[in-house]
Amino acid sequence: MATDHSAADPARDNIFKKELVALIPHLRAFARTLTGDPTAADDLAQDAMMKAWDARASFQLGTNMKAWTFMILRNQFYSEKRRSWRQSQLDQEAAERTLVAVDDPEAPVALDELRQGLAMLPPEQREALILVGAGGFAYEEAADICGCAVGTVKSRVSRARKALQSILEDGSYDRDGLSAGDAMRSILADAERLSTVR
Amino acid sequence: MIEHRTMDQRRKGSAALDEARLRQQAIGVKLRQMFDEVVSEPVPDEFLEILRRADLAKGES
Repeated sequence: MATDHSAADPARDNIFKKELVALIPHLRAFARTLTGDPTAADDLAQDAMMKAWDARASFQLGTNMKAWTFMILRNQFYSEKRRSWRQSQLDQEAAERTLVAVDDPEAPVALDELRQGLAMLPPEQREALILVGAGGFAYEEAADICGCAVGTVKSRVSRARKALQSILEDGSYDRDGLSAGDAMRSILADAERLSTVR
Repeated sequence: MIEHRTMDQRRKGSAALDEARLRQQAIGVKLRQMFDEVVSEPVPDEFLEILRRADLAKGES
């Protein structure tokens, strides 16, 4: 992308930079859900951050920078993915690494199970559910980020919710002798506890 | 996708609906918690360092 250096504006750059820095935690979280691996996620988030910085002249201040940077990050992720024909294997490895990465005795069981359930969803359903269900994006914004129709996002989110629920309830997986029914129970109990605290 | 259901299925469905909604809400709460956990992690210094270097480099070139 050609950047017009004659239009360089330090004050504008500073505003842009401040907004971008504030978005780093969100970019890291989104990258983590896409890659399933904390180290790969930070590499991806850094690449996306630099792409956004390099393209800052094309961004209109005052518009939705979060959606814009998420779109950059997502495009970066899929263009890297296309380069790797081994990807289905990598997905599996990443899912396994995630389990290892969160293998912390203090970590709530329910979150661990949810991560594993998410890793089993098709990628386009997973990202739609994350954007709308956790990232706080409207369906329209998620559609812009994913480059698809609003109706497509809605149906992906709905399918993801159903699939995730049945994974957690019907035991499409089994780990540590913990049945998936227990996973759903612990998620319900945890959600109840969280809503009481609030 | 449009679902065609009989009245009987509909009644059974509505009985299970509250339970299903509760479960979906619970999953939603956990989903946000999972995402927010990463958001609230401290940002590794590397990020700010890379950005700082890029900002400096732009002035020199």
